[in-house]
Amino acid sequence: MTTTVEAPPGGAPERTARVGSPLGRRVLLAVAAPLAAAVFALLVSSIALLASGNAPLEVYSTMLSDGTELRSVLITINNAVPLYLAGVAVAIGFRMALFNIGVEGQYALAALLAASVGAAVDLPGALHIGLILLVAMAVGASWAGVAAVLKVTRGVSEVISTILLNVIAAGIAAYLLAEHLQERVEGSNNSATPPLPESARFPNLNGLLEGLGIQAPQGTDLGGFVLVAVAVGALYWLLINRSLLGFEMKAVGINPFAARASGVHTKRTTLVTLLLSGGVAGLVGLAQVLGTSFSYGLSFTAGLGFTGIGVALLGRNSPVGIAFAAMLFAFLERSSSTLQFIDVPTEIYVIMQGSIVLSVVVAYEAVRRVAATQAERTVRRDTEGSTA
Amino acid sequence: MTVASGPTPSLADPEVVQAPNRRFGGWQKTGLIALGVIALLSLTRAISGLDELTSSGTSGAALRLAVPIGLAALGGLWAERAGIVNIGLEGMLILGTWFGAYVGFEVGPWWGVLAGLAAGAVGGLLHAIATVTFGVDHVVSGVAINLLGAGVAQYLSQVFYSDGQVPGAGPTQSAVVSPLPDVSLPLLSSGPDLLRDLEDTGLFLLSDAGGILGGLTRDVSLLTLLAVLLVPFSFIVLWRTSFGLRLRSVGENPVAADSLGVAVYRMKYAAVVISGAMAGLGGASLVIGSIYREGQTAGRGFIGLAAVIFGNWRPGGLAAGAGLFGYADALQLRAGNAVRGLLLLVALLLVVIAIVQLVRRRLPMVVAALVIAVAFGLWYSVVDSVPSQLVGFTPHLVTLVVLAAASQRLRPPAADGQPYRRGQQS
Repeated sequence: MTTTVEAPPGGAPERTARVGSPLGRRVLLAVAAPLAAAVFALLVSSIALLASGNAPLEVYSTMLSDGTELRSVLITINNAVPLYLAGVAVAIGFRMALFNIGVEGQYALAALLAASVGAAVDLPGALHIGLILLVAMAVGASWAGVAAVLKVTRGVSEVISTILLNVIAAGIAAYLLAEHLQERVEGSNNSATPPLPESARFPNLNGLLEGLGIQAPQGTDLGGFVLVAVAVGALYWLLINRSLLGFEMKAVGINPFAARASGVHTKRTTLVTLLLSGGVAGLVGLAQVLGTSFSYGLSFTAGLGFTGIGVALLGRNSPVGIAFAAMLFAFLERSSSTLQFIDVPTEIYVIMQGSIVLSVVVAYEAVRRVAATQAERTVRRDTEGSTA
Repeated sequence: MTVASGPTPSLADPEVVQAPNRRFGGWQKTGLIALGVIALLSLTRAISGLDELTSSGTSGAALRLAVPIGLAALGGLWAERAGIVNIGLEGMLILGTWFGAYVGFEVGPWWGVLAGLAAGAVGGLLHAIATVTFGVDHVVSGVAINLLGAGVAQYLSQVFYSDGQVPGAGPTQSAVVSPLPDVSLPLLSSGPDLLRDLEDTGLFLLSDAGGILGGLTRDVSLLTLLAVLLVPFSFIVLWRTSFGLRLRSVGENPVAADSLGVAVYRMKYAAVVISGAMAGLGGASLVIGSIYREGQTAGRGFIGLAAVIFGNWRPGGLAAGAGLFGYADALQLRAGNAVRGLLLLVALLLVVIAIVQLVRRRLPMVVAALVIAVAFGLWYSVVDSVPSQLVGFTPHLVTLVVLAAASQRLRPPAADGQPYRRGQQS
C-alpha cells in the first residue's frame, strides 16, 4: 500500500515529452485511446446483451433515441451534476497521486449536516443557500481532514483510511439521523431531516431555457445546481493551470522527492489537497438536498463517491474531460432506464460504465507506452544524427 | 529460525532479525495471545455480567462472519505479497456471491463453491491483465473491477431472476442455496459435548473458555473449516516453499528477482488469480446455505484489505483482524445490549497496553493509554446501551487507531503497488 514514487493516475501522458513527433501522429495517439476504449466497451456490452438474448443494435438505437429527447437531456444534465462534483473531488486528489476513496462518506455526512443546519435556520435566500454550501464544504473538508492528518503525521495510507472512514461516516450519519436529526412525522416511517424552507431551495433554470426558446417538459426542470458545478469546474481549472498550489500538487504527484528537494512543502500540500478534495466532495449531495428532495433521508442517493472515481478516471482529471465523462455516465443511466419496455435489463448501463472505465485506463496506459517508445526512438535518432 | 514455526515470524521480520534468541516461537506466542484474549474477555464478562460476550453462540457467529472477511483478506495477502494492490477484492467477492448462488442452487452447494472460486479468479485474471501486462495503476484497475463486478451481478440477476422462473428469486436476489454439512469436534463439542458442560458451569474463565471454544468447534460448516485451513495453508505455501519465496521476492524487489531467473510476470499473474479465487470463495461463503442479495457484501472486500494491513501482511495477523471484525459483527447481530461490554473491554485492553508500555518505560504512551482507558470506563459506566449504528463501525475505528499508532512499524512488501516492466528500472 505504499505508493511512493508514482505518476498521478490518469495524469500520465503529460509526463512523456513527445519530442519531435509530428502533429498528426500526436492527434492520432490522443484519439486512439478513447476510441479503442469505446469499441471495447461496446464489445463487452454487446456480448452481455447477446448472452441475454437481446439484439445489441436495437438496444443501442433505443438508448440513443430515448436518451436524446429533451426530457432525457434535462434529466441527464441534472444527474451529471453530482457525478461531476464527485469526479472533480477525486481528480483534485489524483493530481498529486492521492486517492480520495472517501468521497462517499464525505458527501453523506456533509449532506446530512448541511440539510439539518439549513432547516434549522431562517435567512434570506442567497445567504441561506450560501450558509448551507459553506456547512457542506466544511463538513466534507473536515472528514477528509482526518485522513489528511493521519497521512501527514502518522504516514497512514489515505487509500485505506478513507475506506475505513467511509464506513465510520455511514455509521455516524445513520446514528445522527435516527437519534437526533430526523423529523418524526405521525403515521410515516420514512426517516428524514425536516424539509428546507423555501428560502433555501435552489431556483431552477427553466426561465433561462425559455429565454433560449426551449420549453421544459411538464414535471422536468433544469436544476440550478449546474451553475455551482460550472463554478467549481472553473475554479478547478484555475487551480491546476494558473496557481502555484496546482503546480506544486502536480510536482509532488510526479516525484515527491524531487518536489521536496526544490522547496515544495509536501506535507502542507498533501493536507491542503485533501481538504480541497473533501470540500468539493461535500457539495456532491447538495444538488439533491437543495434541488429535489429538500431533506436528507434514508433513501438519499448513495454510491456517487465510487462512481465519481470512475468519472475522474474517464475524464483524465481535466475539468472539461470530467464534464464529458459525467455526462456520458448520466446519459447511459438515463437512456437505459426505458430499456425495460423492450425487455432488456436496465442494469446494462452499469456494465457499460464499468467496462468503459476499465478499457479506458488500459487504453491510455497502452497509448502512453507507444508514445514513450516513439519519443525515445525520435530522441535517439536525433542525437545519433547530431553526433555523426 | 529453528524455534519459529508459527504464522507470525518470517525471514523478513525485523523483530526476528533483531532478537534471534527470543524464547517463544510463533505457536507459543499465538497460544499466549489466545489465552490472554480469553482471560480479558472473561474478566469483562465477569465485571459486566453480560454473558453474551463469551457465549458459544457469539463465538460461533463471529467465526461465520469472519470467514468472508478473512478470505478476502487472504486474497489481499496473496496479491500484495507479489506487489499488486488489489482494491478490486470487493468486485471479486460480488462475482463470487452471484455465481456461487446461481450454480449452488442449480447444481449443488459444492459446485457453487467452485463456481464462486472460479468467478473470483476470472476477476483476478482481469486485474492481472490490466496491472501486470498493461501496467495500469493498481488502485485504478481495482476500482474499475469493483464497478464491473457490481454491474455484472446486477445485470445477471435481472436476466436470470426477474422473470420469476426460479422459485423464490427476484430481480435483486437468488433462490436459497442448500447448506454444506456441518462438523463438530467429537467428544468436546458433540456427543457428550464436554465444552457445553464447561460453559454451563458458570465458573470464571473456565465457562468462558468453554463457551468460546465450543462456539468455534460446534456445527462448523465444511466451508468455514476450509477457510480456516487456508490461513496456515497460505502461510506454508508463501513462506515454506520455493514457489512462495519466488512470489514474495517479486513483491519485494522484482528487478532482483528477475535477474535471478524468477518469471516475474508469471508470478504476479499466479498471485493475483489466486487472490481473486480466495475472494470469490469468500463470496461463495456468504451465499452457501443462504441467498445472493444485491449489496450483501457490504464492503467486506475493503474490510479484508484493512485486515491485511491490520495484520501487517501476515496470515496470522490478518486472521486476527478478520476475527475482530467478525466478533464485533456477531455481538451487534446477536445481542445488541452486550455491545456495551465492548467499551469495558477496550478500557481493560488499554490498561494492559499501559502496563506493557510502563515496562518499556514509554511514559507518554502510558499516560495516553490510561486517559483513554478512563474515558472508556466512564462511558461504560454511564450508558445503558450503545446505539447499534455506532457499534457497526467499532472494528473499523479500531483498525484506524491501530494504523495510526503502528503504521511506522508495519512493513508492507517493499515493491507493493509499484508498476513493474521487465527491462526497465522504474
